[in-house]
Amino acid sequence: MLLPAPLLLLADSRLPAGGHAHSGGLEPAAAAGAVTDVPTLAGFLRGRLATTGLVTAALAAAACAHTARAAADHGRASGWTVLDAEADARTPSPAQRRASRSQGRSLLRAVRTASPHPALDALAAFPAPHHPLVLGAAVAAAGGSPAHAASISAYGAVTGPASAAVRLLALDPLAVHRALAELAPRVDAVAAEAGGFAGGDPAALPAASAPALDVFAELHLRAEPRLFES
Amino acid sequence: MGTNHDHLQDPHPAAPARGRPLRLGVGGPVGSGKTALVAALCRTLGRELDLAVVTNDIYTTEDADFLRGNAVLPDDRITAVRTGCCPHTAIRDDISANLDAVESLERRHGRLDLVIVESGGDNLTATFSRGLADRQIFVLDVSGGDKVPRKGGPGVSGADLLVVNKTDLAPLVGADLAVMDRDAARVRGGRPVVFGSLREDPGAPEIAAWVRSVLAEHRSAGPAPGSADAALPTGAP
Amino acid sequence: MTRHYTAHAAVRAERDGAGRVRLTRLRSDGPYALRATPDAVHLVGAAAGPLGGDELNLDLEVAAGAALAVRSVASTLLLPGPGESTTRVRAAVGHGAHLDLALEPAVAAAGCRHRAVTDFALEAGATLRWREELVLGRHGEPAGRYSGRVDVTVGGRPLLRNELRLPDPDLCTSGAVLGDARCTGNVLLVGPGLAAEPYAADGLAVMPLAGPGVLVTALAPDSATLRRRLRHGEERART
Repeated sequence: MLLPAPLLLLADSRLPAGGHAHSGGLEPAAAAGAVTDVPTLAGFLRGRLATTGLVTAALAAAACAHTARAAADHGRASGWTVLDAEADARTPSPAQRRASRSQGRSLLRAVRTASPHPALDALAAFPAPHHPLVLGAAVAAAGGSPAHAASISAYGAVTGPASAAVRLLALDPLAVHRALAELAPRVDAVAAEAGGFAGGDPAALPAASAPALDVFAELHLRAEPRLFES
Repeated sequence: MGTNHDHLQDPHPAAPARGRPLRLGVGGPVGSGKTALVAALCRTLGRELDLAVVTNDIYTTEDADFLRGNAVLPDDRITAVRTGCCPHTAIRDDISANLDAVESLERRHGRLDLVIVESGGDNLTATFSRGLADRQIFVLDVSGGDKVPRKGGPGVSGADLLVVNKTDLAPLVGADLAVMDRDAARVRGGRPVVFGSLREDPGAPEIAAWVRSVLAEHRSAGPAPGSADAALPTGAP
Repeated sequence: MTRHYTAHAAVRAERDGAGRVRLTRLRSDGPYALRATPDAVHLVGAAAGPLGGDELNLDLEVAAGAALAVRSVASTLLLPGPGESTTRVRAAVGHGAHLDLALEPAVAAAGCRHRAVTDFALEAGATLRWREELVLGRHGEPAGRYSGRVDVTVGGRPLLRNELRLPDPDLCTSGAVLGDARCTGNVLLVGPGLAAEPYAADGLAVMPLAGPGVLVTALAPDSATLRRRLRHGEERART
């Protein structure tokens, strides 16, 4: 089976959507001494994947499913407000809400240039829509399914911080790559779980929290120097 | 006209196509005097132009703080962008955060004449994307060695203006300004080079005059030729 | 024979014509024995547990204009048994009413499999204080499997949906989740006039939500430190 190139573009870390300046909590975790080497990084990534990773993948899948439904129903713009509120309710940390919205805005800019779609126009009505919502709509616009959206989202949930760790802690990129490869089956499992919620009630989407990431995200704003936005 | 393809040509639709401020990139190696130049331009041009600054510092918000601390610009006209250890990525490969910063400054202050985007200190290969900067200045200093212009690189050879700073130090570091001038001219195909010392001449009048002329050209021509916006349709929708 | 409870306790507070709050319902059931004092309704554990297989429900209703505080006298020990144990709290808070629910910590003992489900449905203009604390295992033992989820809506709009899923020790100790903390907890405040600015310190975050509330989250090596951090966070959340 071919891997559709429009979806590969969305999963590419070189997608010019501002991701390189976000560490997914890795920078403050490193500053706090919670991540110091490849094993502690692997543990960090496992935890992030099972929490934030699951939630954002489920939101992305739901957004993708919503895009398809909205196209069939001619409109249903209100659905985006519902999903936006559900994303907010799952993101207690103001710093993380800001990071998600800022990355959503950047992603929307990139994908609207590449593949115009009514759902992306609908999201542009928000000053800064949450990142997983934009990703889900972009996957739908590129012809992908909610399962694809969940996969790309879960994948990005670990590759972003891993790349930040390589830059920030000068970890061996080959060792970090091996850690990511070992994590791959879990990425698939999380994506499969997340995708399973796509058609259901948005209120029932997973809401797995990571208390340490919440604390780190807020501590980060008080830290100097900081090299990453989040 | 083929308006249905406009979205394909507009890489950042939030920016107004016409009448938007000139975006001027200021790049160069660490310590060459980028922030000093930005401060000089703010001082010299601040009274005649409505301007704002985006800084991309490797570390912290040091540059933004320097500009604030020197009361060169009010706080709300300076935005610091974090680059995730990759200053060249933020001005070249993935300009999202900088575009967001420029656009929010434009939203906050209405009509601006000039937005200066200062890069983080980087190596000679760093250069501004044409999607971000209409024009760019590359700042070198003589203490980096008089061979730097000969080595070239996209910043030295491609910048619209090359500034060689700290000429007062040339005798101390054994740099031959004539050699730098000759090498720069060879790789730059006739584009201008300014030699000077921002410490001795903190107003940078020659560079400010260049900015004025570029701005006049930008205003008369609409989107600057060569910039990504040049491809934008100019007719009414 | 294994003991197995399905209990359903309930409290309803109303405001009478004279402006006093009256408990119009106070139903104890199984391990959930309720005692009313002038200040609060107290949960006095009538049995150890819950044990695996138990299902304990507590329904709280605070009618418009009334106020209710619910406390417990001791921590709850979550113990193993046949199957998963569940505690379920459902609370409905009316317009102008206030619910203050702060139970003593739950301790996830080794081998337990527990699920805690909490649902708050607040009408617009209702206020809430909710504290939850979790201790991962008794002294020196690894924690069992725990998952908890809270859903809070205000006027039908989601304010907070927050799950803590600790299916294995591996995940607990992730630097992203709990790190080396053995205790974690939250205080949620809902209402007007709360802090608009976030605050953070070692093991503590005070987070203004997108809606009308503030979530205080803390991590700590022990339950006394956890309580101290939550108290500090709550003070910050009210300023």
